[in-house]
Amino acid sequence: MIGLPDHAGPAEIIWHYIFILICAFVFLFLIAPILVIIPLSFNAEPYFTFNEDMLALKPEAYSLRWYEDFLSKEVWRSSIWNSIFIAFASTILATTLGTLAALGLSRPEMPYKGIIMGLLISPMIVPLIITAAGIFFFYSTLNDYIQLTGSYLGIILAHTVLGTPFVVITVTATLTGFDHSLTRAGAMMGADPTTVFFKVIMPLILPGVISGALFAFVTSFDEVVVVLFVASVEQQTIPRQMWAGIREQISPTILAVATVLICISIMLLATVEILRRRSERLRGMSPG
Amino acid sequence: MNQTAASPAIDQPLTAANGMPLMAALQLAERKKRIRAVLLVMPLLIFITLSFLYPIGLMMFRSIENPLVADNMPKVTAALEDWDGRSVPDEAVFAAVVQDLKIARETRQIGKVATRLNFETSGLRSVMTKSARKAKKLKPPFKESLVKVNSAWGELSTWATIKRMGNRYTGVNYLAAVDRHYNEHDELVIQTEERQIYVTLFKRTMWMSIAVTVFCLLLGFPIAYLLANLPMRYSNLLMILVLLPFWTSLLVRTTSWIVLLQTQGVLNDIMVWIGLFGDEDRIQLIFNAQGTVIAMTQILLPFMVLPLYSVMKTIPPSYMRAAQSLGAHRFLAYYRIYLPNTLPGIGAGSLLVFILAVGYYITPALVGGQDGQMISNLIAYHMQKSLNWGMAAALGGILLVGVIALYWLYNKIVGIDNMKLG
Repeated sequence: MIGLPDHAGPAEIIWHYIFILICAFVFLFLIAPILVIIPLSFNAEPYFTFNEDMLALKPEAYSLRWYEDFLSKEVWRSSIWNSIFIAFASTILATTLGTLAALGLSRPEMPYKGIIMGLLISPMIVPLIITAAGIFFFYSTLNDYIQLTGSYLGIILAHTVLGTPFVVITVTATLTGFDHSLTRAGAMMGADPTTVFFKVIMPLILPGVISGALFAFVTSFDEVVVVLFVASVEQQTIPRQMWAGIREQISPTILAVATVLICISIMLLATVEILRRRSERLRGMSPG
Repeated sequence: MNQTAASPAIDQPLTAANGMPLMAALQLAERKKRIRAVLLVMPLLIFITLSFLYPIGLMMFRSIENPLVADNMPKVTAALEDWDGRSVPDEAVFAAVVQDLKIARETRQIGKVATRLNFETSGLRSVMTKSARKAKKLKPPFKESLVKVNSAWGELSTWATIKRMGNRYTGVNYLAAVDRHYNEHDELVIQTEERQIYVTLFKRTMWMSIAVTVFCLLLGFPIAYLLANLPMRYSNLLMILVLLPFWTSLLVRTTSWIVLLQTQGVLNDIMVWIGLFGDEDRIQLIFNAQGTVIAMTQILLPFMVLPLYSVMKTIPPSYMRAAQSLGAHRFLAYYRIYLPNTLPGIGAGSLLVFILAVGYYITPALVGGQDGQMISNLIAYHMQKSLNWGMAAALGGILLVGVIALYWLYNKIVGIDNMKLG
């Protein structure tokens, strides 16, 4: 389809090349902003643009000082720890709750499937600022009984809310076309429901569970609005720290942090892609 | 003979192994299955209801709830109930004011009450706090002494505001959100021009979201087409270029745009270097509405490309070939056959991008400058700076209704189970 047919007229040939050019521009638009900050994060000077020495690839124009800054400053170090802790905890919660719900939702017997699915996905659709404000109000009313504002638990619960829709979506997707006779076969061969779950269902939906978990992890790891409203100084996360940095004065340390985050996203993306292909192969959906 | 002997057995209902009628046994089994399915969903449903749906409901309630004045100035509220609003109230009401002010000052609630009244009629904050400070020393007749403290007590508008704010439930926040308010004669009027901020902001949020959606469609359509029609091994590679931004932190992407577009940034440097304009004519590309639209387009583009791609993938290439073999020119076939087939993808992508754009907060806050702020930013402002939480809740309520309507539409057209993530 993309290749030109032999009988193409001049208009089609011109259009073909214009089309390729447009696509190249769009891909550049998508990816360039991300890639451009990687070399800039190694800048020896505190500027955000390429100087002549950098373009001439002189080694003295590059340095690791912003990475050193990132890893040595106490505020950044505690934010790394906070981010990882909060993201892990909320991922575990979101994955457990989301997987169970997806299993229930994809059973043909489930009543009111549409409405319930709509409610469970809604945290993904409702603007974050509304969610954050609502949760903040809610936590403040609870403060007499349990301290959720300015606590790890409060943020973890809020991030769990934001992460579950992704798990529900990815696990339900792996369960479409799931052959329910497999579980019956397992049961007939004498396995109790727990064994059937871990030996038959789990291996089949695992790719969906893991990619849902990764989505939930990234959602929490990247989330800043809820943290802005609910967290205190103690729970500063990496995005919260970046937010403060960008609002005041971008320091090149932010670029170093950004580069580290880009590397993490590349790794996560690769994992999800491998899992997706594995899952499709397992279910015989596509050879890709 | 055998047949006649067997017939009564057929008339009897079939039974399961345990002697239960088969029909009942089946129903029981079905019910058990249904209960099991519901039990699996329950934990998440309860969790989402408690920590998401209920908080949002609470917030919506807050947009109409208005307890401050009624709780802290109960005597005044009661005394004003029969006030006709045509003349300054009588001595009894003034006495009630003095009593309430005394108590409110002791319980330290006067500041909150004064702030709430000030949201309605500016200037009332100082009237209330000053009068409360002097309330202890005031001697009857209170009417004269209060007016002496501050002449605002002799004005109808002050009393109208207090009476209106004495209502426990009120729609004033929603009225304010459409730039309407009550004037001193208690009539509903449009705000003066320099105070009409909300309608302007809603309009701006709309056009910025529409702009982002249109740009996403214009940019996303060609590459979705390319990805859907390339051989698998190339398209998988190019797909990574779409998915990587999707997985990259929002703050990272916003930072990148600042680095690229600021006046001393990379893009301006390149322009100066090729000689498009001089060093002194660098253009302001970020910290304004255009910058926000550019950054948001890049950030939301994957949400347009993915649904478009999955729809285009299902359009059989034979359709186009059939049209062309029937004599249609390639462009005509494309316009009449291919394009209409992509409409579900266009609808899904556009709705998704628009829904996400309309509630965007982070990017406008960081790169929006003065004229790139959206409705979410004003909600945040009322939450954190002005502390007018009722107003924040009302603005959030309007935004939420819009988003829910679009979400419902999305569900009708696309179906949430068809939402694809990568």
